[in-house]
Amino acid sequence: MIKSFRGGIHPSDYKHYTEGKPIEIAIPPKMVVIPVRQHIGAPCTPLVKKGDLVKKGQVIANSPAFVSSPAHSSISGIVKDVAEYPHVVFGKCLSIVIENDGLDEWVEGIPLTRNWEKLNDTEIKDIIKEAGIVGMGGATFPTHVKLSPPKEKKIDTFILNAAECEPFLTADHRMMLEYSEQIVTGVKIVMKVLGVQKAFVGIEDNKPDAVSAMKIAFEGTTVEVVAIPTKYPQGAEKMLIKVLADREVPSGSLPMDVGVVVQNVGTVVAIYDAVVKGIPLIQRVTTISGSAVKEPKNLLLRIGTTFEEAIENCNGFIETPAKIIMGGPMMGFAQSNLKVSIIKGVSGILGLSKKDINNGNESPCIRCGKCVSICPCGLNPSMLSILGEKEMYEEAKMEQNLFDCAECGSCVYVCPAKRNIVQYIRYCKMKNTVDAAKKKEALDK
Amino acid sequence: MSEIKLQENLFTISTSPHIRSEASISKIMWTVNLALMPAALFAVYRFGISALIILLLGSLSAVGFEYVVQKLRNKPITISDGSAFLTGLLLAMCLPPAIPAYMAVIGSFIAIVIAKHSMGGLGYNIFNPAHIGRAALMVSWPVAMTTWTKLTTSVDVVSTATPLNILKLHGYDKLIDTFGSAPQMYKAMFIGARNGSIGETSTVLLMLGGIYLIYKGYANWVVPVFMIGTVGILTWVFGPAGLLTGDPLFHIMAGGLIIGAFFMATDMVTIPITKKGQIIFAIGAGALTVLIRLKGGYPEGVCYSILLMNAVTPLIDRLAKPVKFGARR
Repeated sequence: MIKSFRGGIHPSDYKHYTEGKPIEIAIPPKMVVIPVRQHIGAPCTPLVKKGDLVKKGQVIANSPAFVSSPAHSSISGIVKDVAEYPHVVFGKCLSIVIENDGLDEWVEGIPLTRNWEKLNDTEIKDIIKEAGIVGMGGATFPTHVKLSPPKEKKIDTFILNAAECEPFLTADHRMMLEYSEQIVTGVKIVMKVLGVQKAFVGIEDNKPDAVSAMKIAFEGTTVEVVAIPTKYPQGAEKMLIKVLADREVPSGSLPMDVGVVVQNVGTVVAIYDAVVKGIPLIQRVTTISGSAVKEPKNLLLRIGTTFEEAIENCNGFIETPAKIIMGGPMMGFAQSNLKVSIIKGVSGILGLSKKDINNGNESPCIRCGKCVSICPCGLNPSMLSILGEKEMYEEAKMEQNLFDCAECGSCVYVCPAKRNIVQYIRYCKMKNTVDAAKKKEALDK
Repeated sequence: MSEIKLQENLFTISTSPHIRSEASISKIMWTVNLALMPAALFAVYRFGISALIILLLGSLSAVGFEYVVQKLRNKPITISDGSAFLTGLLLAMCLPPAIPAYMAVIGSFIAIVIAKHSMGGLGYNIFNPAHIGRAALMVSWPVAMTTWTKLTTSVDVVSTATPLNILKLHGYDKLIDTFGSAPQMYKAMFIGARNGSIGETSTVLLMLGGIYLIYKGYANWVVPVFMIGTVGILTWVFGPAGLLTGDPLFHIMAGGLIIGAFFMATDMVTIPITKKGQIIFAIGAGALTVLIRLKGGYPEGVCYSILLMNAVTPLIDRLAKPVKFGARR
């Protein structure tokens, strides 16, 4: 019997829109907008300028920093512009705009076929870095960094995060059904790099077909495929580690501190593509869903495709969406327009209608305690929201463990008073960070 | 497009999450009102039209007072959320059926205007408003608040006192006599064939409502179980004829314990927010109830014990904080 984590919620999963739909290759975009920042870490510097001809798979932006990740052209064509464009996370960002010449030509040398078993760890890590692979579940942390833990951290377990606990999203689900061989090889590559024998594939039990597909695919390996209880936020690294490896990542620490590395399904597929076929990260599977979308789909999209073009693949909207979300509805980013483009971490594009959103007017907390009982981080969201409202952000940090909040949004989901708890928490965090920076500045003087 | 052209129709942006459950305050409050209905209707059947008048006046005047206060304070009117109705209804259910109706209205005024809105309204009140209303009436009109209807408690006995009154004034043996026998007493008290406040008499109907609330997730099982459990254990231990001679069943079903434990001590606003805190609260309220019943001047102590525990709720909240993830090893 698998022990679950404390708290958590059971939102309607809305996965019926796309879970039965095979991954479809999207129509090649007329134009791509590729930002130099698609990852956590140092931004890249553009290597091309207006008017340059580029090929598919060509590096167009890079950085010498270790914690960074290069960007590749996802189509062949001509560079139209290098300037600031709307960005799904940062609002706007320096981006490279490429117009498609329709030829879809690869840059010289790829694709190729490689026997990965002959490569050593450093070679594999270099390939992963050069292929621009980052965490594709949405966090976009450079994968080669995650695969290079400091020597003193002994890693003994690898976990493939296939929980996909966000409502609406089915990209990982479909990949497990359709790309199972790539996933198996990808996992083996990661295990080799980490030097671990033990690995888990954690899949929420609302995807029984994916569980059995993975069980068959991993037969005869040391990898254990586990159906875990469906409960949001099961896909949060710390919750997944707790459930699968029965280890609790201490507050303020990272998974590697308990000897675990976690990667998302999309990431290991990208690792397979890069290591075995030499193809850099220029495309990804993204779920386009929501009740405002005419034909929800799972699409294989080129990085840099604008939301506008991506949604055209689904024949547009039935009604004007009340909100456009990048990612899942629980932790995704709301977008003000459709000019933004798909970056490496876009697991979904949602067009939500008013009835999906179910907003109400915020009222004072009635202390029902629901948020406290479901908080997976063991906090008192009610109190944090009140402290945020009263601008008592220092108290929030000192007495209410403000910085332990993962912003999973479960508290807001269940709140009968419709309080914007996560917003208050983010506000408190921001205020504290600004204050700390000011204090440091004063000290430096 | 280096200049970002702002479209005329931009989509709404906000922080995550972008979906919410159907839960709402009015859903919770009206469900609690609904859960009280069986006991309230039983009261009308048992005490007649006067009980109906008090129930209606109590709840509707509470709604009216809330409207006036919010109008005067220029606040959004929230009378439709059912919380004022609930306060008025709970208050009326804790009054004797023979009380003059105007007193119920005054009680509602105190509950809504003084106990609830002078603290800032729903969510900010420290004390359970219905119990504040009852306590205020108790000190203002002690006679009216303790004058009970003439009722047949068993086939041939007519009583004008509540079982707890009889116990306090005449002792346990006399109490059994009043009902005929102990099993008959339990049966009467379980169904509600006994004297008492309008809504507190029927153990079975109140428990039905309370269990429905727990099933719906709007009340916590922790509070009623620990409060009733504490009363049961303590009254059994400190019995009339020495240790371990008490009658816990009687004490559990007597007075306002069932309505108090299921509907007053589960009032979200005025009790601790963590389960740990709620256990402390419930045990405290139960112990104080027993202390008042067995040693105090009043026959019943549920109302005061809950109010006293309300007062220490902020302290309990400080003591019983949730344990954060990753802090236990």
